[in-house]
Amino acid sequence: MGESSADSKIDLLQGTLDLMVLQTLSVMGSQHGYGIARRIEQVSGDTVLLNQGTIYAALVRLQHKAWIVAEWGISDNNRKAKFYSLTRAGKKQLLKDAAYWQRLSDLMGRMLTMEAEGGDR
Amino acid sequence: MSSLGSDPRLRSRFGTMRRVLFRVFSLFRKDALDSDLNEELASHLEFAIEENMARGLSPEEARRQAMIRFGGVMQAKERQRDARGLPDLDILMQDLTYALRSLRRDKSFTIIAVLILAIGIGANIAVFSVVNTLLLRPLPFKDPNQLVRLGPITGNKGGMSTATYSADAYEAFAAQTRTFQDVTGYFAFSDRDNVRLGGEGLPVPISSIMVAGNFFQTFGVDPSLGRLFTSEEVGKNGRPATILSYSFWKRQFASDPEIIGKSITLDNHPVTVVGVLPESFDFGAVFEPGAKIDLFTPVPMEEIRDEGNTLALFGRIKHGATMAQSQDEVNTLFPQLPGRVTHPEWKPGYTAGVQMMKDYVSGKLRRSLIVLWSAVGLILLIVCVNLSNLLLARAATRRKEFALRSALGAGRGRIMRQLLTESFVLSSTGAVLGLGLAYATTSYLAHEGSVALPLLNSIRIDGTALIWTLFITAATALLFGLVPAFKMSAKNLQEALKDTGQGVSEGRSHDRVRSVLVISEVALACVLLVGAGLLLRSFLQVLDVDLGFNPSHVAALKVDYDDGRNADKKVAIFEEMQRRVEAIPGVESAGITDNLPLDRNRSWGIQAKGVDYHKGELQATFVYIVSPGYLKSIGMRIRSGRDFTWADGPKSRNVVIVNQTVARKLWPGRDAVGQMATVSGDDALVVGVIDDVQTDTVEGEAGWQMYLPLSQQGNDGAQLVVRTKLPPDVLASSVMGTLRSMNPAQPATEFKPLQGVVDHAVSPRRFFVLLVTFFAVLGVVLASLGIYGVISYSVTQRTKEIGIRMALGATAERVQLGVIGNTLRLAFIGIVAGTIASFAASKLIASLLFGTAPSDPITFIGMVLLLGLMALFAGYIPARRASRIEPMVALRLN
Repeated sequence: MGESSADSKIDLLQGTLDLMVLQTLSVMGSQHGYGIARRIEQVSGDTVLLNQGTIYAALVRLQHKAWIVAEWGISDNNRKAKFYSLTRAGKKQLLKDAAYWQRLSDLMGRMLTMEAEGGDR
Repeated sequence: MSSLGSDPRLRSRFGTMRRVLFRVFSLFRKDALDSDLNEELASHLEFAIEENMARGLSPEEARRQAMIRFGGVMQAKERQRDARGLPDLDILMQDLTYALRSLRRDKSFTIIAVLILAIGIGANIAVFSVVNTLLLRPLPFKDPNQLVRLGPITGNKGGMSTATYSADAYEAFAAQTRTFQDVTGYFAFSDRDNVRLGGEGLPVPISSIMVAGNFFQTFGVDPSLGRLFTSEEVGKNGRPATILSYSFWKRQFASDPEIIGKSITLDNHPVTVVGVLPESFDFGAVFEPGAKIDLFTPVPMEEIRDEGNTLALFGRIKHGATMAQSQDEVNTLFPQLPGRVTHPEWKPGYTAGVQMMKDYVSGKLRRSLIVLWSAVGLILLIVCVNLSNLLLARAATRRKEFALRSALGAGRGRIMRQLLTESFVLSSTGAVLGLGLAYATTSYLAHEGSVALPLLNSIRIDGTALIWTLFITAATALLFGLVPAFKMSAKNLQEALKDTGQGVSEGRSHDRVRSVLVISEVALACVLLVGAGLLLRSFLQVLDVDLGFNPSHVAALKVDYDDGRNADKKVAIFEEMQRRVEAIPGVESAGITDNLPLDRNRSWGIQAKGVDYHKGELQATFVYIVSPGYLKSIGMRIRSGRDFTWADGPKSRNVVIVNQTVARKLWPGRDAVGQMATVSGDDALVVGVIDDVQTDTVEGEAGWQMYLPLSQQGNDGAQLVVRTKLPPDVLASSVMGTLRSMNPAQPATEFKPLQGVVDHAVSPRRFFVLLVTFFAVLGVVLASLGIYGVISYSVTQRTKEIGIRMALGATAERVQLGVIGNTLRLAFIGIVAGTIASFAASKLIASLLFGTAPSDPITFIGMVLLLGLMALFAGYIPARRASRIEPMVALRLN
């Protein structure tokens, strides 16, 4: 899964979504799928057109990597829901990924604001 | 499977493994995980609906909004499943189920395909098992790569005597060698049924071999019961001891576990059984193909010292020594080895090649086996082509099915994958059946004693053969599945959906693929057929060889006699025996010899008296010690001079009969009859010359041969040879009665037709020819099926077209000719290609041919005609059907 360029675009998005989920859990603590999805939507101010369903594939991936764990529980409004929370490995991963994204976005920011500076031509 | 694509960091191997395990586990917990997910998604939607309703939406609108925000529920589930499981395996299971269902639906196709595959794969497994046993698998000895044979490698014209060494030479070499750990040997002149096992009732003839004391140790064979020979049993006047072969122990002594230490009677002497060999050791299978050896005794070196060259030698090279070093040492030491220490005037001037044991046992068969292997390989190719064709024909009826699937969103890869899965299901089923066939064949071969091939008894389907089976199964599936899969998945969707089925001609490209397939099938079959034809013709030539004697209506029987080592008495016994046997009604003539042609042999020396010869001018000469009348009885032809008579007695002048080769070489341009010869040091008058006899092999050149009278020479056993028009069985009792009346101790030996000896000598060739011919016939049948399939299919496809033509006035003959012409065109191209390939292939088998040129025109023309006829026949059936098409019925179709 990841040979063609179209696939790698999806991978990039997946990577982004995974990081968003980790960050959300880090801020909110234990949370269920709907809560996570809503929070991402809210924070993005609806600039991310996220199908809420896609979150579940990301949650499985993160569980396989042991960065989050899941547990059935009862929500504030007394509803049965599956709650996800960060593991220690997940916290470490979040720090690493956040730093990486920070660097990448700084770089991209500089690249895209680059002006024609004369040069030799 | 990188799921964190943008992150290049290495993840720990442990993590990868855990993820894989998660995925595998999730496959088995599919239902549980699915219901978990369903519940989770349901709660998600409820949260969303609740929130929406809190914002003041109606329940319906709240639900609708929630669903929109969520996206496709099925899609989300599918993605989650993909992420958690092994989607490939899921698809495989789906494809398998689907393939099984679709194959079950098309029963007749499935049965035919599986049968064809079973035959093709089965033949390959069986032949591979033979190749594996004879060529690939190591010999059943300890460290077999250290084991070598010491003897002439090529161009041995003197038979067994020039392949053996004297006891003194053996001992001298064993004492001097520095590169061999062990040197051993066995007495190479033991006849079959050479010992009588005493007990209750008549003595039983059994076969014994005398081996050097360290024989089994050298080969690393441990007894399954008891022990090997000890030095007291091996040395001079040693305690008589014997080791039984496993099969003899099982057969004669009912696997008696208490046999060790018991005494048995061999030739009226008590001998102690000290051991039983393991089942895996079969002396005959390795050293003398086709022979069944019952027991082993230590060779009494003192008794054979004066018998000349009698030991076949083998050795185990030391660790660290190379074959080249051993050969160097042999080259240095062998010429100096004594023939007989007490007779220094005998300078044998030995030479020997050091040959890997494996090459000695099966090296000669290498080429035959490779040919056989190639033949089954060709069969498998033909099978693949045939199946490709069948699948393509089937594809036509499934076009809509695949068009529909593709319309529903299946990609080309997905459809190919589905089709290849079907191919694998077919080839695996065929392989399972084929394994059964191969198992039956190999078990039959392993118990087939009449073929003189080495190691035949240990042929079986082992692990290597199973791996090979897996490999060819997969390769076959790919080979025959790929072309149809490509073709079918590339179908134009729209066209296929619009297509109403029959009547509309298929695309030309499709037809062309099928034609190419049929042509290649015919070409492959042609190569097989020509190869088999050449081998078959060689075999017929071998059967046609002038043996120099006439084996039909002759039977031989090993006789026992007691002459008290008195030559006069011996002559009297044999004269009387021959006279009495000839008096039996039905017996035309009888004679006695010590050795039969194409059986055991030995050689002495002969030269013209008083002539000095250069080294290499003389040759070891096969010697046969015979009675007067033997030559006539066995059908050898006296060219000039006379046969022996009983008057050539012990005290009269020594006489000899030579074959034409000897006469020509020793007395060129003169009549040999009347010349004086020196035979092993003694003078002898040449009284007769006979036509050359094939003594050693049927196919080789007849070597030097001489015949000496029984009355003047010490014979080595005696075979009574009887010429009769009656079947040997009918005569057996009266002949045996006569022999018993002369010697009550005569054991009940078999009266064996001489034709059997000849058959045994040609059995390896017959074995290969039979197999290759069988494969060729199979190939032709498959190719004909292929032609039939394609032509028949095209007739079906063109029913409407043919109907129109006939309605427009084409006659039935015209239609029929058209179809047959089509067939012949395909066959012709295939045959031309096949003939060209056959010319190349026949060069490769040239060394296996006998009396047949690789480009033998008769074979080529014959096989090409045969193939053409088969093609004609295969095309005729559909042609006939085409000519019977009723125009009105055909036009009304659809």
